[in-house]
Amino acid sequence: MSKEKTMKLSLPEEELMNSGHLACQGCGATLAMRYVLKALGQRTALCIPACCWSVIDGPFPYSSLDVPIYHCAFETAAVSASGVKAGLEMVGDSETTVVAWAGDGGTFDIGIQALSGVAERNDDILYVCYDNEAYMNTGTQRSSATPYGAWTTTTPVKHFKNRPKKDMVAIMAAHRIPYIATASIGYPEDLVKKIKKAKEIKGTKFIHIYAPCPSGWKCRPEDTVKLSRMVVQNAIFPLYEIEWGDKYILNIKLKDKKPINDYLRLQGRFHHLSEKDIAFMQEEVDKKWERLLGFVNKCQ
Amino acid sequence: MKKKKETQKIVFKTEKDFPLMPMSVGSMLYNKTGAWRNIRPVIDLEKCIQCGICWKFCPDVSIYIENEWPVVDYEYCKGCGICAEECPAKCITMVEEEK
Amino acid sequence: MGNHALSFGAMLCRVQVISAYPITPQTQVVELLSEMCADKTLDAKFIKVESEHSAMAACLGASLAGARTFTATSSQGLTLMHELLHWASGGRLPVVMGNINRSMAPGWSIWSDQNDSLSQRDTGWIQFYCANNQEVLDTVIQAFKVSEKLLIPSMAVLDAFTLSHTYEVVDIPEQEKVDEYLPPFKPPIRLTPDEPHAFGGLTSPDHYFELRYKLQKDMEKAPALIEETGKEFKQKFGRFLGLVDDYCCEDADLILITSGTMGSTARVAVDELRKEGIKVGNLRIRAFRPFPFEKVREIVKNAKKIAVVDRNISYGHHGVFYQEVKSSLYGHDGCPPTFGFIAGLGGRDITPSTFREIVQYALEKKRPEEEIVWIGVKR
Repeated sequence: MSKEKTMKLSLPEEELMNSGHLACQGCGATLAMRYVLKALGQRTALCIPACCWSVIDGPFPYSSLDVPIYHCAFETAAVSASGVKAGLEMVGDSETTVVAWAGDGGTFDIGIQALSGVAERNDDILYVCYDNEAYMNTGTQRSSATPYGAWTTTTPVKHFKNRPKKDMVAIMAAHRIPYIATASIGYPEDLVKKIKKAKEIKGTKFIHIYAPCPSGWKCRPEDTVKLSRMVVQNAIFPLYEIEWGDKYILNIKLKDKKPINDYLRLQGRFHHLSEKDIAFMQEEVDKKWERLLGFVNKCQ
Repeated sequence: MKKKKETQKIVFKTEKDFPLMPMSVGSMLYNKTGAWRNIRPVIDLEKCIQCGICWKFCPDVSIYIENEWPVVDYEYCKGCGICAEECPAKCITMVEEEK
Repeated sequence: MGNHALSFGAMLCRVQVISAYPITPQTQVVELLSEMCADKTLDAKFIKVESEHSAMAACLGASLAGARTFTATSSQGLTLMHELLHWASGGRLPVVMGNINRSMAPGWSIWSDQNDSLSQRDTGWIQFYCANNQEVLDTVIQAFKVSEKLLIPSMAVLDAFTLSHTYEVVDIPEQEKVDEYLPPFKPPIRLTPDEPHAFGGLTSPDHYFELRYKLQKDMEKAPALIEETGKEFKQKFGRFLGLVDDYCCEDADLILITSGTMGSTARVAVDELRKEGIKVGNLRIRAFRPFPFEKVREIVKNAKKIAVVDRNISYGHHGVFYQEVKSSLYGHDGCPPTFGFIAGLGGRDITPSTFREIVQYALEKKRPEEEIVWIGVKR
């Protein structure tokens, strides 16, 4: 220990999430929560519908977070948050940031109606979707966020998921809300910046966070952060922001877009794919990337 | 950086001890998840460059900073291996737990 | 109209968050509340949600944050909220709701029967069945007082059109007096970062039982509290709001047991029949949950026969009030022969002559020959 220097941490130091929670080893959803709470601070209230986090937080009578949580019904994350925000304001607290914290199931599928209602009304909440690309809490059944080609228990290898991932960000953009952003736990500083930015905006903010699940994706727990970087670098999950539904800002420009092969190879849920399948998937990723670049360039 | 203190397991003797609605009255810190692991990270401080990346990427908040150096909290570390994988100096090794 | 009485009740209670979705025949409730919020007669946030399920979800969130909340719905909307009705009671959130009794589809029916609210009888909500516009307004005020004391949600139930859309003169209590009767909502625990808790997390078999035991125990305090707050209401506003509304039952040979607006119609029939020398009485059950066991037993103990009239049916069983009355009398002294009548489903009119037919039938037969007697069905 010859050198002594002051550590410069790139994220806020305070921890609002504690150890002892029930997440699997290498859980991406936990890192997402850790970073979002660092960005928001203690004056935060979470509405968590049925999802991995309803279990990760710990059973009654314990909790692993230092912020209050309303465990709400599955379909209601967005509107429960609206209700909490309205209630808090009426009792004199307009400072607390109210966050709907839902998985992909509670956002893309069963919760989409309530979310659409909230976005259309532009209710003042921060909606965060941590996306592990299936109904992981109930044992890895497919959701509309499951990517094309993936194995899940309801899309077994012989009938793997053959519909593309629902473009939730495009759906939210159509609601013309003030702020939408994609984020990945492989880029925590970018995630924290976006959450801090969203916190200062009044109205509905939607943040879509990529969060790997080693248990459901059949990948190694230690690869969680690596996958979260690769998915951005190969343009499957580009990092961008949309303001008011039409101003697109690309956060990470890819000079040298990586092929999706290496990313797919690290996950057991894609091992059954043939060369033809992968080629098709690569084509779709390229098309989507070009389309996004089109939107971004129009806004220059 | 101060390490969070552990807490006790909660036992309710009669219905009168329960809160009125299902709500938390204690912390999950009582739950020592260190018991989950098969392999443990060992940091070689000689090679450590004090970048803070291991602290940053721990999903279990089980690496804390003490006197500018990272320390693994083995009471809670689940042995996921992210710290070892991400360390740019490759100074963290995953070692098998003794039986 | 009856619907507006709900709106005025909510306004006088200074509700803070309203979240509702329109459905015939409830729309006027929320339309008037919307106007009141817009012109600041009522200082409340009105969340115009996209479904009834979301309406109740928003109310629950607001209530947990410590605000006084109100909503209104009917039939399809109420049943859409069903999941969340359990959430309200289990979460100990004192939301008050107006429900307009409307028949369940299919086929689409906008007229009155009680299946929608009675299908919710196990959800842990206090239920008041109202018979006139004044009672509707008063019930909202009493409901908030009872709910906030016990931390159990309650609903004021109105018949579609016969109560929701009928106009009557109503005495609107003074705001100051209502404020004295019903102070601001100050829950012992609420959702705030000042004192963080996780509400409603995973609860194992080791813990769930006691939490539900506590809910039932608090529900058991409700009958006495309803009578007590009813007496207080009489002192302040001159009208008593009790568990039941009994009429001419002391010396009655036959007691009709009714609920809702048909309870007022029954009074008219009782007056007519009494003139003809038939000693009949009417027991209108106002609080259905908690069920007023003691009151019912006390009132019917000297009657020779009881005729329960249900504007509902639990398929595969009998009318709901009939079942509940019978079960409250089982094993106790003073359990006279009980007849069960079903009338008025789908909004078919219940008139004094309906009761005449019921009374005639009950007087003719010594004991009930069948568990359901259908009145008015074309056969």
